[in-house]
Amino acid sequence: MIPLELQEGTLKLQGEIGRSTLPVIEKEVSRLQKKAPEPIQRLDLSEVEQLDSAGAVFLHRLSAQLQLPLENVPAEISGVLEIFSRAAEEGPLATGERNLLVRAGEHAFASLTFLFRILVLTSDIFAASFRGIYETKRRRRGSVTQQAVQLGLNAFGIIALLSFIIGLILAMQGAAQLRQFGASIFVADLIAVSMVREMGPMMTAIIIAGRSGSAIASEIATMKISEELDALKMMALDPVHYVIAPKFMAITFTMPMLVMISIVTGMAGGLVLGVTYLDLPASAYILESFYFLTVQDLMVGLSKSVFFAWVIVIIASYYGLQASGGSEGVGRSTTSSVVVSIFAVIVLDALFSLLFLI
Amino acid sequence: MNETVIHIEKLSVSYGSSLILEEVSADFPRDRITVILGTSGCGKTTLLKSILRLIEPRAESLNMLGEEVLQLNEEEYNSLIRKTGVLFQNGALLNSVSILENVSIPLEQHTTLSIPLIREIASRKLELVGLGHAGDKLPGELSGGMKKRAALARAMALDPQIMFCDEPSAGLDPVTSLKLDELILSLKNQLKMTFVIVTHELASIHRIADHIIFLEKGHVLFSGSKEDALSSQIPELLHFFQSGSFQ
Repeated sequence: MIPLELQEGTLKLQGEIGRSTLPVIEKEVSRLQKKAPEPIQRLDLSEVEQLDSAGAVFLHRLSAQLQLPLENVPAEISGVLEIFSRAAEEGPLATGERNLLVRAGEHAFASLTFLFRILVLTSDIFAASFRGIYETKRRRRGSVTQQAVQLGLNAFGIIALLSFIIGLILAMQGAAQLRQFGASIFVADLIAVSMVREMGPMMTAIIIAGRSGSAIASEIATMKISEELDALKMMALDPVHYVIAPKFMAITFTMPMLVMISIVTGMAGGLVLGVTYLDLPASAYILESFYFLTVQDLMVGLSKSVFFAWVIVIIASYYGLQASGGSEGVGRSTTSSVVVSIFAVIVLDALFSLLFLI
Repeated sequence: MNETVIHIEKLSVSYGSSLILEEVSADFPRDRITVILGTSGCGKTTLLKSILRLIEPRAESLNMLGEEVLQLNEEEYNSLIRKTGVLFQNGALLNSVSILENVSIPLEQHTTLSIPLIREIASRKLELVGLGHAGDKLPGELSGGMKKRAALARAMALDPQIMFCDEPSAGLDPVTSLKLDELILSLKNQLKMTFVIVTHELASIHRIADHIIFLEKGHVLFSGSKEDALSSQIPELLHFFQSGSFQ
């Protein structure tokens, strides 16, 4: 049964108006508004027995929409009706809709601010790190070593393992093609050149971005949110000097070492496949590996990796410092930091490849 | 005796388009406990942070210990800020090191004392706040009240002239809160420290306040001694003090 009726322009609502009955009432009212022979002129609530918050909001909306007062309100429901009217009177809620131009402008402005802040932070970090080389008092004793262990040494295992597997996979794919031409031995060159120039630095950078970058971002974000950074400032300590510079310095010298590990284990992976699957003598494989490699290749790979490391620390610190809100803010900045730094590493690697190709 | 340590004239702070503080003027007397009062969201903490320049305010004058805070360069600012201590709402102890080390940090960074002496000084400060036994604990292993006391010890490391406290008794039970207030009172009396405290705990205000600044919606409604505040007829102030009474 539909709990309402329309008689001579008076809409009479009956029984319970609430979450369970509203769907039917809403449909029926809009049907009546469209199809009824006469327009609704009065809203009569005398037969309403129960009203909940949803019902009260609906009635206020209906009365505002039809520009009719609610009449004959029974005493039992007047309390609920009144409480929920106050909020309704404070005007419509902000919809937050902005036009295209405003949004485009906001995005452009946000990108510019982002760029500006990243540049300022980059120069701050570089300045702090260079000064940090001789002004060792500005950071906690042993913090660079501690960070080198945390950000670098502890990543040793995972980088070695993954590089070994990557070497194995690359060799497998290369061997399948090269064996057709009886050129199996060139697998050694393939692995050596690609590990040294591309895979070593990039794999390491991606692992470091995911592992150490996220650690940096979440640590700084937590410090920001728990006011630890403010507390440092209030002890007349610069957070960039005290917190970020040690990480920056640590990663600058651990990254090339990690890349070396990655290259060596990647080549070892190739060697294992070459010896077991392609039946190549180990000595021939090793000799061939170093035949094509130049010192320049190694320098390119290692210098690239240092650059990646800097990008990772800067981006992670930026997102850490931008964190706001509670624990959710920490999660958000960590996620952004990892996504943006992996993206930046891959784009930069593409740029480097182009640069050294010419 | 009643000289001013901090003098603020027409200080305003806005976030985006909303004005948090509007032309706030206030004076903070030396060797007294000045309490910044007000309901939640009235700009108390913002005022505290802008005095310390953690938020950049606009002001005609913001004078602390005779220096114009907003016109100082980084070095001058750092040397001024070393004369102050700040107790943050949740302590803001560095979580990765023990509380003894937390208290040692300012000493290690700003003095050339030897490490054993620094450790000794830090332990004394911890004993002063009743945490002598817990020096090697990490902040995460402490209760809320202990964290605040450890943070107070850290803020006192360089014997500051002014101590800023952001809601020291928030989230503490009445007994712990009483102990913290007693500690603050004894520091004020024995070490001649000036305190600036943001709070809305009535019991705490009655116990420790000498001077009261009452904020409402970004404006100063009242500024004067506690006695004047309690007998004031300003409706917001009356309402504030009455809302907490047990009668």
